[in-house]
Amino acid sequence: MAAPLTLLLIVAVTIRAVLFRSSLAELIVERVEVVSPLNAWKRVVEGLALLDLGVSPYSGDVFHETPLMIYLFHFMVDYAEIVFMIADGITAVALYLSIQTYNKNVFRKQKYALESDRYPADCLELLRSPKEMFYIPLKVAMFYLLNPFTILSCVAKSTCGLNNAIIALFILCTLKGSALLSGILLALATYQSIYPLTLFAPALLFFLQRLYIPVNLRRSSFWFFTLQYAFIYVGSLVVITGLSFFLLGSWDFIPSVYGFIFSVPDLTPNIGLFWYFFAEMFEHFRLFFICVFQINVFFYTIPLSIKLKEHPVFLIFMQIANNLEDRPYPTVGDVALYMAFLPAWSHLYRFLRNIFLVSCVLLACSALFPVLWHLWIYAGSANSNFYYAITLLFNFGQILLVSDYFYAYLRREHHLTHGLYLKKKDGTEATLVLK
Amino acid sequence: MGLLSDPNRRKALTNLLTRLNTPICIVCYLAAIVWFMGLAFEPFTLRTYMSENAMGSTMVEERFSSGERALSLAKEFDAHKRKAGGMPVEWLVKAMQARGLEVFTQSFSRKLPFPDENKERYMVGGRNVYGILRAARAPRTEALVITAPCSPGNSNNQAVGLLLALAQYFRNQIYWAKDIIFLVNEHDLIGMQAWLEGYHHTNITGMEYSPLQGRAGSIQAALALELSGDVITSLDLILEGLNGQLPNLDLTNLFYAFCQKLGALCTIQGKLQRNDWDTAEGYTHAAQTMMLMVLKQACGRSWGDHGLFLRYHIEAASIRGINSFRHYKTDATTIGRLVFVFCIKQWYKHHSVYFFSFCPTVKCYIMEVELICRCRCSCITLAFSVSLQPSSPGMLTVLTPVVISHLTGVALYLLPVHLQEMAVEHFPVSETEAVVLTAIAIYTAGLALPHNTQRLLSGEGTEQGWKVLKLTALLYLAVLLGCTALINFSLGFILAVTLVPITASITPHMPKALCALAMVLLSPAFTILYCVFIYQELIEAPVSVGEGWMLFLSVISQGILDHALYGSLVYPLLALFIYPCWLMFWNILFWN
Repeated sequence: MAAPLTLLLIVAVTIRAVLFRSSLAELIVERVEVVSPLNAWKRVVEGLALLDLGVSPYSGDVFHETPLMIYLFHFMVDYAEIVFMIADGITAVALYLSIQTYNKNVFRKQKYALESDRYPADCLELLRSPKEMFYIPLKVAMFYLLNPFTILSCVAKSTCGLNNAIIALFILCTLKGSALLSGILLALATYQSIYPLTLFAPALLFFLQRLYIPVNLRRSSFWFFTLQYAFIYVGSLVVITGLSFFLLGSWDFIPSVYGFIFSVPDLTPNIGLFWYFFAEMFEHFRLFFICVFQINVFFYTIPLSIKLKEHPVFLIFMQIANNLEDRPYPTVGDVALYMAFLPAWSHLYRFLRNIFLVSCVLLACSALFPVLWHLWIYAGSANSNFYYAITLLFNFGQILLVSDYFYAYLRREHHLTHGLYLKKKDGTEATLVLK
Repeated sequence: MGLLSDPNRRKALTNLLTRLNTPICIVCYLAAIVWFMGLAFEPFTLRTYMSENAMGSTMVEERFSSGERALSLAKEFDAHKRKAGGMPVEWLVKAMQARGLEVFTQSFSRKLPFPDENKERYMVGGRNVYGILRAARAPRTEALVITAPCSPGNSNNQAVGLLLALAQYFRNQIYWAKDIIFLVNEHDLIGMQAWLEGYHHTNITGMEYSPLQGRAGSIQAALALELSGDVITSLDLILEGLNGQLPNLDLTNLFYAFCQKLGALCTIQGKLQRNDWDTAEGYTHAAQTMMLMVLKQACGRSWGDHGLFLRYHIEAASIRGINSFRHYKTDATTIGRLVFVFCIKQWYKHHSVYFFSFCPTVKCYIMEVELICRCRCSCITLAFSVSLQPSSPGMLTVLTPVVISHLTGVALYLLPVHLQEMAVEHFPVSETEAVVLTAIAIYTAGLALPHNTQRLLSGEGTEQGWKVLKLTALLYLAVLLGCTALINFSLGFILAVTLVPITASITPHMPKALCALAMVLLSPAFTILYCVFIYQELIEAPVSVGEGWMLFLSVISQGILDHALYGSLVYPLLALFIYPCWLMFWNILFWN
């Protein structure tokens, strides 16, 4: 399987290299859908210039990257394009390996269950065969590398490509069972953009399941491992933050990076829902709604973790996707990361109900974003409401997509325990409804 | 979420849609056309209004009375133009300076991609002269532009004369709160493009120009004058700009209101408005006016010198003086007053009306959004119908025709201009003809491509394959038409009317010859041909088939030139998107 993956990487790098050289690159860099104030390359360059002049890059309100990132590019600025291409490559390979591992685990579990005769007789068609699972890792890598969203994001040199690489490596380390590396990478991802914090729960659940420790608050082994993992995580977070402090010599970056994420001062239009809402709102409600919106991101962790505690990998996917819809500065690069996982759930296809509608919505929205932007900003025949309407529709599509997969996953699990052809009490055919 | 998550209700809905698919499609299509033609019927459209009281026709006293002086200046300008054999730059600079303006010139040059046979130019070089009247009463942050082209021959002398006379009059008033720029541009739109790019420090089309020495504030509005006779009978208001952009509706209303107040005849599309909307003739007249506007807007070129201003979000219009055999005469004084009023009124920023789309009659305007829904609804329903058929595998088999169609499109876009030298070498044609004929040749060659490659690459096509391809193509077409209709409604509408019926109903099982003929007759190139004939019919200058064909060729060359010179989007849209999309349907027809 190494040969197709190499070929895929070569194709992906070629496409990116061609686009970097073409005149389209300048156009893409300016698109608000592709870059946000958090990860725009222009701002990185500005920060680097300030750093070279001996000024703190965080003075002024332009630069919002973390200190480690600016020191990375301090040395690599001449090779930026290569760095971004490598980051995409790393993400793809990491996702490839993780899904391969995950599939092996799933298949093993399925084999044990089958041997112990736990599946109802009519469910055999729901079981997964090695043949159909063989190409899934490659498809995942392809979905990431050849997704137009990823390509745009890479060509725009948006640093969310690097964040994606860190998250992908975190997933890989988790699935490979290395608690130490997983904790460190999760800390790094959190340090980069805070929201991966919600991945703590699925990672913990995964390790507990792997070590056969039941989730039971009275058991000391549960608490022992949780504290151990939390310690790795918090410890590395403290170390990384301390390191940033020593690199920069000041705590400026805390308000400038995390304050900027939490208080949403920049209302440049993007594909998220924050900008319009906060632009339209009365100032004295601002704090309240910021709290509501930000809690929204973290809130879903609890119910989802309870519902999906047996399926931590699916929980990771749900968390990444959920995070994205509720964060203040999303870009299409973030969307690409969770879309890469879709082939891994291809066995849910028969239970998906809105996939055609969703793909139409996402397709139409992607085309309408630049058109309505043009009408609003240049032609003057539309206004911000039009653009926001498309943003709403885009987010509606994503939510529908995620909830559809959630429903399909639960439904498949239900069928695996209760049989495929459900009967009502009176003997007629029953249908499952998500309420 | 009931509708989306309850399987029973969903099933009922999908069943209904599949069963009623054909009637729904037909009804949508017909409703869109009927609705559209209904727009020309006055009771269906909303009345126009002045969205600001300040724009009303009161509160201005127009005292400009130097119409005679304008005409004498025009004669003087004419004499100097003849003497200089082009634009009399020195004389203009002196004349403007004598009127107390800050005068600057800008030189520019541009090599066209191929010779323009309509205007007979290839290597263009010239100079723009402009004078700035500084605002006396306010900081110089905003500006107005009044422009007159310096055209070869006898035309437009009066416009320049009027411009100079107005400059003199304006200089004597003390209440201006905006800078006023008087611009005389050479080589019509090319000069205008150079000036605008210089003013805004952009360079979109690779024109060479010298930087502007003097600037005023950001331009709020612009007015282009085209007068070619001492006496005119009516004023024609030209609105259509580049890519079908239109100025704010208030601007139009303002003109109409003041023309009435000053007693001048105001026409749009060269047609005088009638009041008898309830008669058949009145309706036909309104429909003709509307169709003319739709055709002009759809072709995406700028119909007056004002057209390029719209790209910079500046409200602009052209006034053309028309001398027909009407009894009623208007003199230069009246036009001067009109321009004066225009300048006075521009202190109010236009902002209210967003969806100004057509003027079936000058008095009426139309909400555009409803229309888009109508036309897109038909496409989407169609797409939906196909989707309900199972279509799981074979996404990869679709890729081949899609890629091939798009490569043909890219060839159609790139090759005509790049291959002209080779074509001229081997065939006895001029460069312009070479470009147009290459384009037509590639277009025709594209028809042969898909169905041959299909056989070659994947053998016999499967039933599943064409359904997936049709689904992809329909979705693509729907998105494409939706986006086009948003940017340039008229173009989107014309394309939808011609493309939708055949693309919606196409299958490989239909009689080949008949269907192929229908598809070719409804293809984008033939749509252009029909538009040429309809346009000629509407401006009351019908042409024979031969002349129509020559016009068709020149329309194509002008389209390519407009794209290269001013960045008009119609040619790339047709070549890179619509044509490949149409080829995909062509592919379906010859699937097995």
